[in-house]
Amino acid sequence: MNGSRNSAVMIGDPKIEKSAEVSPRLVAAHSAKIMVSGLNFYYGPRQVLHDVAVKVPENKITALIGPSGCGKSTFLRTLNRMYETVRFARAEGEVLLDGENVLQMDVALLRRRVGMVFQKSNPFPKTIFENVAYGLRVNGWGHSRTLAELVETSLRRAALWDEVKDQLHKSAYALSGGQQQRLCIARALAVDPEVLLLDEPCSALDPIATAKIEELLFRLQDTCTIVIVTHNMQQAARVAEYTGFFLLGRLIEFDETKTIFKKPARQETEDYITGRFG
Amino acid sequence: MRRKWVNGVMLGLTGVCALSTVSILLFILGYLVWQGGRALSWDFLTQLPKPVGESGGGMANAIVGSAKLLLVAAAVGLPVGFMGGVYLAEFGGRTFPFLVRYTADLLNGVPSIVMGIFAYTMVVLPQHHFSALAGGLALGVMLIPIAMRSSEEFLRAVPQSLREGALALGANRWRAIATVVVPAAMRGIATGMLLSLARVAGETAPLLFTSFNNRYWSSGFGQPTASLPVMVFTYAISPYEDWHRQAWAAGLVLLAMVFVANVGGRLILSGRRIGSRG
Repeated sequence: MNGSRNSAVMIGDPKIEKSAEVSPRLVAAHSAKIMVSGLNFYYGPRQVLHDVAVKVPENKITALIGPSGCGKSTFLRTLNRMYETVRFARAEGEVLLDGENVLQMDVALLRRRVGMVFQKSNPFPKTIFENVAYGLRVNGWGHSRTLAELVETSLRRAALWDEVKDQLHKSAYALSGGQQQRLCIARALAVDPEVLLLDEPCSALDPIATAKIEELLFRLQDTCTIVIVTHNMQQAARVAEYTGFFLLGRLIEFDETKTIFKKPARQETEDYITGRFG
Repeated sequence: MRRKWVNGVMLGLTGVCALSTVSILLFILGYLVWQGGRALSWDFLTQLPKPVGESGGGMANAIVGSAKLLLVAAAVGLPVGFMGGVYLAEFGGRTFPFLVRYTADLLNGVPSIVMGIFAYTMVVLPQHHFSALAGGLALGVMLIPIAMRSSEEFLRAVPQSLREGALALGANRWRAIATVVVPAAMRGIATGMLLSLARVAGETAPLLFTSFNNRYWSSGFGQPTASLPVMVFTYAISPYEDWHRQAWAAGLVLLAMVFVANVGGRLILSGRRIGSRG
């Protein structure tokens, strides 16, 4: 089992038993949109997150980095409870969104407030218009006279409008990979979420498409709290104001991005950033 | 030397077997077209059977009767098969779906004459008369496992990312299935249904003592009803030369119907550009 593999490593490396302490300076600087404390996560008997505590600042971009299998995607999926699609997955602890417990909230309402964009773009086999309108329809705004207007606004926010305004009723699959991913962002933005989660959104895209999405995220942070999981450390350094480093299911360090990359407090963080492992 | 020899013989043997498969099929088809084509005429498609001793006449009632039986079968079997397939692909734990799948496979293997006895006992005996309803029910029950397994297969082929995309926008399970997953699999499901109908269209045994036969038009679904397979059987074992020719023609019409359904199904499936990537 993976759990035993993890614990074996940790026995040999006792210093990472301790999770991050959020510095008081950080907490004072910004109001937290999401507050997580004592979060433990299990897939059946296997524990993949250990006592994670973090405060995600409002209207900022927060990046989560760490080696594969460190639990950063799982952590992201606890924020909108997408983990519930996996059998025997279970989260314990406290995840607060504006002070409300996410783990006990109505899940449809939660996901309207906390949108998600996935690693592989996943447009529905529908027209571009219907893709963006989907969330609106699901949430009962399908008959609204402003539907077309809301779709346009969302596509503009995702910087896609000019490219697709003449082909709204064509299949979304006619778009390029980067456009499809921005369509998925537009689709998530349509229901006006307070938080946007992105799970390695650029990992399948070329540098030009990646730059477009990064630029887009940068503009979105005025209206949205953004949490992005990325394998690309340059990407974290470019877009994120805050960065969290995950290792073996623990949040090792969470701080301003420049601190993480220039003077990390923990040895493991430095080792990972400098490429000594991971 | 011996290895080479064995190799050559085995290669030849498999080739001969493969060739004989094709030639048997071609022989049957060719013979059917030759024999049936001679008796096939406009009268055959539009006239009622003539009384014994008179030549000419047709099987219009059997063609319509077969269509009626398939209509009942589709109304009985397709909704149940489709919904069962949705359950197997999308819901359920481990044990129950396993049982359902196993039972469906067993049901699929039940000899068709047993389906006939079932319909005979359930419908014909209580009503004291043969009917299209009884025949259609027998065929419908045969449809269920085929439609169910094919629906399940095509639903399973829908990428998980589409389900997640819909759920992440606040859709509940059922909404995600009804508006994203099923539409994405619709072409495949429709093809499976068409092929399953084609598969039962030629069944004779369950009709012999359920819909029975009729030399005249039957009105509604409560009367004994002629069907092409039963007509083939009845006419082929008769002592009249003219009837033998008509049996061939009926076989040809039946084959043409099945062939059209097959080709149509494959056309639907291959024309799935909007539903797939790229």
